[in-house]
Amino acid sequence: MYAQMVKSTGQGVKDPSEMTDQERAFQERIDRGDRIEPKDWMPEHYRKTLIRQIGQHAHSEIVGQLPEGNWITRAPTLERKAILLAKVQDEAGHGLYLYCAAETLGVSRDQLTEDLLSGKMKYSSIFNYPTLNWADMGAVGWLVDGAAIMNQVPLQRTSYGPYARAMVRICKEESFHQRQGYDIMMKMAKGTPAQKNMAQDALNRTWFPALMMFGPSDAESVHSAQSMAWKIKMNSNDELRQKFVNETVPQAEFLGLTVPDPDCKWNEEKGGYDFSEPDWSEFFDVIKGNGPCNTERLAARNKAWDDGKWVRDGLMAHAEKKEARRVAAE
Amino acid sequence: MQQDALFEYLLRLGDNTLVLGHRVSEWCGHAPALEEDIALANVALDLIGQTQLWLGLAGEVEGTGRSADYLAMLRDVWDFRNVLLVEQPNGDFGQTIMRQFLFDLWHVLVLDALQASSNTQVAEIAEKALKEARYHLERSSDTVIGLGDGTVESHDRMQAALDLLWPYIGEFFEPDAIDLAAQENGVGPDLSRLEAAYREQLDRVLKQACLTAPTDFFAHKGGKTGFRHSEHLGHLLTQMQWLQRAYPGASW
Ligand SMILES: [Fe+2]
Ligand SMILES: [Fe+2]
Repeated sequence: MYAQMVKSTGQGVKDPSEMTDQERAFQERIDRGDRIEPKDWMPEHYRKTLIRQIGQHAHSEIVGQLPEGNWITRAPTLERKAILLAKVQDEAGHGLYLYCAAETLGVSRDQLTEDLLSGKMKYSSIFNYPTLNWADMGAVGWLVDGAAIMNQVPLQRTSYGPYARAMVRICKEESFHQRQGYDIMMKMAKGTPAQKNMAQDALNRTWFPALMMFGPSDAESVHSAQSMAWKIKMNSNDELRQKFVNETVPQAEFLGLTVPDPDCKWNEEKGGYDFSEPDWSEFFDVIKGNGPCNTERLAARNKAWDDGKWVRDGLMAHAEKKEARRVAAE
Repeated sequence: MQQDALFEYLLRLGDNTLVLGHRVSEWCGHAPALEEDIALANVALDLIGQTQLWLGLAGEVEGTGRSADYLAMLRDVWDFRNVLLVEQPNGDFGQTIMRQFLFDLWHVLVLDALQASSNTQVAEIAEKALKEARYHLERSSDTVIGLGDGTVESHDRMQAALDLLWPYIGEFFEPDAIDLAAQENGVGPDLSRLEAAYREQLDRVLKQACLTAPTDFFAHKGGKTGFRHSEHLGHLLTQMQWLQRAYPGASW
């Protein structure tokens, strides 16, 4: 997902008998469905896990501008260009809300940014794949924003108030992005033979990386169990992946496109599709920094940050001078 | 106003916003701060929206069925009518924001005047675009002032940007037959009056930004007439028009 494989810092879920009174009261509030707010007491592990999760999510929105930004200057019509610009602008806005949510936990945006740029913090594996033809703008909206929605809609009910509220705003826009992506796919799939090829090519390359977004099976993971007990993770990775496949395969059929998995078929008994697992060794390569675009993505963000230093410093110096002049005038 | 002259006049308005909108959109994901990414995307978005209106009207006036998209994506360099300023490369952020400021200042003045155009369609588009342009100007002038009056480095970069772009201001105000026809028919403003207002406001902002206006008034020209664009425009169009050129007749 936008936050993949977030490790909780604890050793798994404590039994209530091992908890301190404070921890027990905290867990009871979560179990009752109370929202935790920034000023409330919270276990240190809860705070740290959330910083990782929200930070990783924010970084994904920011790095996620790049694969789509790649096509803004080549968009085929003025309207498509405007829609794509607006979408990428929304993603930057999502990053901003999420950094603000993380800041309520006592970490600065600059610190999180430094950790992204040094490679210490991760962002979603999906943004390390290239966008190679115009239909990728359709596939990204349809599948990537679509997969993000699967995870983020339940997170609107997450236990941490600022995160939940950020998700409410973000989800509205993500579903809009998904529809726009599907609309591009539709145009391409129903277009000329060349356009249809682009659409199929984009689906072929995006399908498995989209399935990887949910992360490897986490049924046995102690980290997931803790995050679920804290309600900062609402569903298991496999559960969400299955839901995504169930919704997406009929949409691909409607487009007249073929999901690149010969074993993908409806299973009446389970009431869902059977499908092949993505290549998890590829996933771990991407996470380690060996995806097709890891180097470029991180280099682009580092360059933007380094080249922008004089601008940030200049505006800061001006604000200080202005303030000094105001004080002097009083 | 003669139909072909009006067509040319509208192309100038639409090509300026198209080419500048495209340039600004090149920043997407690479700006110095998240807030700047959002703001630049917003400016690009407004300019592309205005392009749809101006080129849409141009196509209507021409009357041969060419749409705004057709005009944007399927004309070659010599048919473009934007001023040279807007096709200049982004350079560093200072050059981009200085170019934006020099354009916004002109844009607000011209749109304000066009609200009183004898052509009601022109007046309507101008009214809508003016609201956006005023906002762009507020932001770009604040940023020019902030960076000019910031650190030594930011000041020097802004001065270099001003020196570089200075010779491209004059083209806005040098009237040719099309501008004069627009003025005579009450479609467009008297450019010499705009220039006085422009120079006055420019001086005020530069003073606050601690920047020095060059004293040379030489002006490059050839963009708005289409006679001689810079080498940069062809590369911009190569990218912008590629899909439409490579897959003619497809619908996107
Ligand atoms: Fe997003
Ligand atoms: Fe999105």
